[in-house]
Formats: sequence, C-alpha cells, structure tokens
Amino acid sequence: MSSEIPEELYDYSKREPRRPTPTDPEVDGYPIPMDVRRRLYQRQQELRQFEQRAYDLFMQNLVKGTSHLSLGMEAVSAGFAEALRPDDYTFATYRGHAHTLSKGVSPGGVMAELLGRENGILQGKGGSMHLTSVEHNMMGSYAIIGAHLCIANGTAWSAQMRGTDQVTVVFFGDGTTNIGAFHEALNFAAIWDLPIVFVCENNLYMEYTPIDYITAVEHPAADRASAYGLDRIVVDGNDADAVYQVATEVVGKARQGGGPSMVEAVTYRHGGHSRADPGKYRPPEEIEAWKNQDPIQVYHSRLLRLGLPEQDLIEIQQSVATMVDEATEFAKSGQPPSPELAMTDLWADGGSSWRN
Amino acid sequence: MAELTYRNAVAYGIAQEMRRDPMLVMLGEDIAGAGGVFKTTVGLVEEFGPLRVRDTPISEQAILGAAMGAAMTGIPVIAEIMFSDFLAVCFDILANEMAKSRYMTGGQMTVPVVVRTANGAGSRFGAQHSQSVENWCMMIPGLKVVAPSTPADVVGLMAAAIRDPDPVVFFEHKSLLASKGEVPDGEIIDELGTAKILREGTDCTIAALAYMVPRALEAAEHLAGDGISAEVIDLRSLVPLDTKAILGSVEKTGRLYTVEENPRLCGWGAEIASIVADEGFWNLDGPVVRITTPHIPIPSADVLEDLTIPSTQRIYDTIKTTLN
Repeated sequence: MSSEIPEELYDYSKREPRRPTPTDPEVDGYPIPMDVRRRLYQRQQELRQFEQRAYDLFMQNLVKGTSHLSLGMEAVSAGFAEALRPDDYTFATYRGHAHTLSKGVSPGGVMAELLGRENGILQGKGGSMHLTSVEHNMMGSYAIIGAHLCIANGTAWSAQMRGTDQVTVVFFGDGTTNIGAFHEALNFAAIWDLPIVFVCENNLYMEYTPIDYITAVEHPAADRASAYGLDRIVVDGNDADAVYQVATEVVGKARQGGGPSMVEAVTYRHGGHSRADPGKYRPPEEIEAWKNQDPIQVYHSRLLRLGLPEQDLIEIQQSVATMVDEATEFAKSGQPPSPELAMTDLWADGGSSWRN
Repeated sequence: MAELTYRNAVAYGIAQEMRRDPMLVMLGEDIAGAGGVFKTTVGLVEEFGPLRVRDTPISEQAILGAAMGAAMTGIPVIAEIMFSDFLAVCFDILANEMAKSRYMTGGQMTVPVVVRTANGAGSRFGAQHSQSVENWCMMIPGLKVVAPSTPADVVGLMAAAIRDPDPVVFFEHKSLLASKGEVPDGEIIDELGTAKILREGTDCTIAALAYMVPRALEAAEHLAGDGISAEVIDLRSLVPLDTKAILGSVEKTGRLYTVEENPRLCGWGAEIASIVADEGFWNLDGPVVRITTPHIPIPSADVLEDLTIPSTQRIYDTIKTTLN
C-alpha cells in the first residue's frame, strides 16, 4: 500500500515549490521619506544581525532551550514598527525577538534573556518565547497559539475605554489561523470596533507542515477576513516599504476610530521552525527562490536605486554590528539568576506563598 | 443590616465596588440585558451602563483574553464564565497566561482580573453543568481561589477579590443562590486566605467549602445530639489557604474530616490532609477522613445526583462511624 501513496503527500520537500511574488517595481515610487527608509533599513539590519548572533550563540551552547528565529521575515516587523508610536501596544508569538527589538527594547537585555542571565529583561525567568517589556508597551510574547489575539483585544479595549488613541498590533503566524481563538478574537474585535490590527506573518509553514496543505483557503488570514466584515489585505512581507505603507493605513484607521483590520504579510523564514529543526521539509528550489528575494537585499537594492550612497549603507551595517557586539558582551557579562529569584513574583506582593 | 439572598449578594457586592472604582468593568455572556442566567447581575447594567457591564458572544477565550489584556493596562476587570465547567474551554488563558504572566515577565505584568463562575451540583443539569472544579484552579500556581458560602461572605470576598491585584477565580455555588443571610450595612471588605470557624467543637474538625458548609453545619448539629462535638471550618478560600486555622483546630480536636464536592482524585482535601499529616501529625488521634464526591461525572437524575455529592446524612454517618 505505502508504495502507492504519492510521496509529496507526506514528504513536503517533493511538493511544487511556492515561489515569492516578485517585488513590485512601483514600490520604489511610494512617497516614503528617505529618513524613514534609512530607519527601515537600519531596523532590518538590527533584526538580522541580532538573530544571526543569537544563532551563533546557540551553536556555542550559550543559549539553552529552544528559540524561534525570524531570519528572512524582518521586513514585517520593521515596517509595522515604523508606523507605530511608542505608546502603541504590540503582542508577539514565541517568534518574537524581532518584534521586541522593534519596539525599542534593549538588545543587550534581550540577548541576556536568551542566555538565561539575571540581567535579561525577564531576569532569566521567561526566556526566548516570553519576551516582554511593559515599559515599551511590548505586552508580551506568547508561546501557545491563539491566546494572545484575545489578550490583545483587551489592551485595545482599554485604550477605547480610556479614550486614548493608542493602537494595538498583534503579530501571529499562519498556523494560528486554524485555532478557535483566532476566530473568537476577530469576531470580538469587530463587534466592539476595537483599535487593533491583526498581522499574520504567513511564512508558508505551520511548523513543519505547509500551511496550504492544512488550510481550506489559499490565504489563511486574508481569505477569512470577510467573515468578520474586514477587508482582504495581502502584502509582500519581504518588502519593508510595502509593509510600512499598509501599516500606516491600517494603524491610522484604527487610531481614528475606524476599527480593526487584518493584514496578511507573505514571507518566508530562512531557517527551520525552531532551533531543533533544519527545515528539510521544504523544496530546496523554494528556499533558494525566497533567499533570492531576501528582504534586506530587496531593500538594499532599492536604496541604491533611489540614490543613497553605498557608503551610508555600509556605515549602517557596521554601526549595527557594533551594537550587536555590545549586546553580546552585555549578555555574557551577566550572572546566572540568583536562586531566590525562583520564588519571587508569583504574586503582586513579590512572593509565592499560598498559605499562612 | 439587611437580609439578602446569595444571588442578590453577588450584584450587591459588585455594585459596591463599581461605585467605588469608576474604572472597574465587567464582561460576560448574558450579564447585561438579561441580568445573568442565574440573575446574579440584575440591575448592574441599569446603574453602570452598557460600556461597564458588557454582553459578549459565546467566546470564553475572547472573554478571558480581553479581561486579561485590559487588566494588563491597569483596568480592573470582572469576567463571568457562565458555568465553571466552561473554564475548560478557556483554561489556556486562565492557567497558562493570566496565572503565569507576572512570574515569567520577572514581575513586570499585573493582571487584576476576577473570574466569576457558577460552580457545583444540585440543579439536575448533568455532567457538563454541575461540576465542582475549584481543584482545577487550586493546582495552578498564580491563581487565587475563593468560594463563599454565605451572602455576607459573597459581598466581602467579592470586594477583596476585586481589590486584589492578582487573578482570582471566584466560585459562586448554584445551589446556594436562593439561600439567605444577613449582610451588614455599609462597605464590606473581607480578606482572602482567611477561614472562619462557624461552629466551635472539641471532638473533631470538619473543613468544608461553599455548598458543603451548610451541610457540615447540619451534620454537626445532628452529631451534637449524639454527644459529639464537631468544629466546623468554612475555608472560604483555597488559595491563599488558611492552614493556621486548620492546624489550630486539629490541635484542639485531634480529628479532621474534609467535606468536598469536587471528585475525589486530587480534590482540595487531599492537599489539606497532606499538610496536616506533615505538620499536625502528632495532634491527630485518628486518620484524616475525606468525604467527597466519588470519582465519577455528576449524573443528571435527582436521585443519582443526590447520591454523588456529600449529603448531610453521609457526613453524619461517616463521622459517627469513624470517630472512635
């Protein structure tokens, strides 16, 4: 029997590759000021170089546990971050390094958290999958699919009740679109007209399985939007300008009381799902095609076309490299968390006692 | 001093806090227009308006999620989950998110949410609307667990739960809703983690919770007729747990009975038995005895349901036959 089963039904690397839509040449002409574009490039460089370093530190066994990198997906985080204000709220999944850094959280503190050090932003108690910085309104990285869309509605509801114009942006993966909480959250946001933007980072794979193989519609987020009265928005997630343009529109709409939106940014992760995954279930030509449309290369080429001197780009890259070196040194200089931290901060009184 | 039903005490307690704190909001299914399926929130939307008392879809994850998110920004929220059985459909947000948020963010996040829910048997609703699930919540680090047995405690513990900066699961017992009791005038604020000795005794201690409290008191009254002096403790709160009250009582009586409506395995009484075995062993004159619902789902037919949860008669019989 087994010899009759087509291999591509379980060995996904044998499937037809899904190639990226070519970069839209019209994006060059978007009215995005050059200083914004420089920041978008710099942000993408930061995310890229930070995660490459994090990967190196795993290989040196300095980072324990697991970690989920978003190498190749930087344009989504950078594009949205540029459209947000510091007082806007963001939420991420366990693949949240980029979204944490994009909100302005200290790279050293994040790196130290990955290393499980006391100078990490969570004192070593949360780790890679729970990066949070309340002071930056980065309201957390959530490691169980779905819940954080519902929780993000809550910060949006709060802003609505308090009469501020803060917007909440919640990032999630394509795999999230098939869990019930996704649908509960969208309906809830729609009926309460919440100032929230749902951003699906569709990297084509739900962990180890192609998303189209296990989803009823082609675009797992965008094709569901109409069920909640929302527009169908698909954007090239490997083009920071395209993302920024859409982000500006939907964030602006939410800020002006126009209610929720959902954006599906189509992108690709260069590596596997997590540290343990070499990503062999993907057709090699597919990986190659997406690497050829790497968001940083796309952006680098555009900035050169638009007349930014190459030397400027080199300087940005070098200053980011220095920042990542400093972050690494800061992290390595941290001590392991002191043992008493294990028993602190369960409750608001700072302790963990459940009895008298 | 006014006499209130347990049912009316819920809305009374919430109203007290909503008048005090204009930021306090509430959400849940059928809580506004309908006043709650158990009529525990009658009058609140009329007084506080539909933006502070908000009806939601049947979306328990969306309810607890929105409550948590708003609470994370400093807004205290009361979320109603209609039946405690339904905590199972939003247990991720309760157990994995709200409960752990402060700890795993190194103390950054505060989640002042009260999750109110109707708990327990006695309504002939069958296995999915009759469970006592306080032990589900007790086992999760980061959740406080409260279950009042009287109208006055509903009001006072509601205030304490709302003012507590940590997530609290507040169990309202369906079979106590019609019961009546005196509620003192003026603002009432109780304290979580404090048990009450409702009847003094010298021969044995009966520790009970919620609907089991009146049954324990009734059993103690019958035992008194037989010359047995039973002390009855209303635990009121499982987390924090008033172990001093339990250990102190056992020191006096030498015997401990727990009366639990949750099914037997890993019921809260097992934890109390363990604590007393560890720390009160030399005060015990005999084994700790747990009187529980058997390890079965709750059946629907009245005759069967009445057999499953501890009855006054079963409490009385168990103590009578095992005390000496």
